[in-house]
Amino acid sequence: MEEEKKNRVSMVVLSGDMDKLFAAFIIATGAAASGMEVVMFFTFWGLKALQKKEATGKSFFGRMLGMINGGGITKANPSKYGFGGMGRWMFGKMMKSKNVTSLVELRQLAIELGVKMYGCQMSMDVMEIPREKMIDEVEEPVGVGFFLEQARDSRISLFI
Amino acid sequence: MTEEIKPDLEIDLKGLLCPLPMVRVSQNISKIPVGGVLKAVATDPGSLADIPSWARTTGNEVLRVDKGDKLYTFYVKRVK
Repeated sequence: MEEEKKNRVSMVVLSGDMDKLFAAFIIATGAAASGMEVVMFFTFWGLKALQKKEATGKSFFGRMLGMINGGGITKANPSKYGFGGMGRWMFGKMMKSKNVTSLVELRQLAIELGVKMYGCQMSMDVMEIPREKMIDEVEEPVGVGFFLEQARDSRISLFI
Repeated sequence: MTEEIKPDLEIDLKGLLCPLPMVRVSQNISKIPVGGVLKAVATDPGSLADIPSWARTTGNEVLRVDKGDKLYTFYVKRVK
């Protein structure tokens, strides 16, 4: 049985890389502005985009991961030329001089435009990033079943 | 000779880059009545493609685009 597709974009955001997060949020805000419903599912490294600046982790490894990977969206490094933070700084400067909207502003714009953001429960557990360590606008955590339900009748489905 | 189009609302998109020009057009078109015209002035060359695409996606209409010196003026009619 062929079900009718909804005017919806569903996205898996696996990456926590700065450049890929730019792509994800630009597509999300553009789609929302074009009258589309947008759902974003953040999993694994992608959770970084939803994290607050606070430290995370309970176990030894969890705390270590929180130290290395923490800091939230403003600490996202480019997928190439990271150079231990130098790349992020350089791209930040270049983008600012060209008046490109920052990731924080894009995420806020997405929220204002009604984009729904979900964290993957399993990766939140593995990476020891509880709901309280994520921005308030995030929906309650979900799993793959919920994503598939949203994706199966979406016009556009992306994996970033 | 181009006919004068009287906009209901004018917005300044100068200096804004993707995706903001189309986002601002979308946010502001809802402020004018159906049948009204939104005038938007942009500097981003990408908006030359983006704003007409946005209009086709959303069922609105770009009445005219004036290309000046690095300045692009869009007249967008709210169709629905």
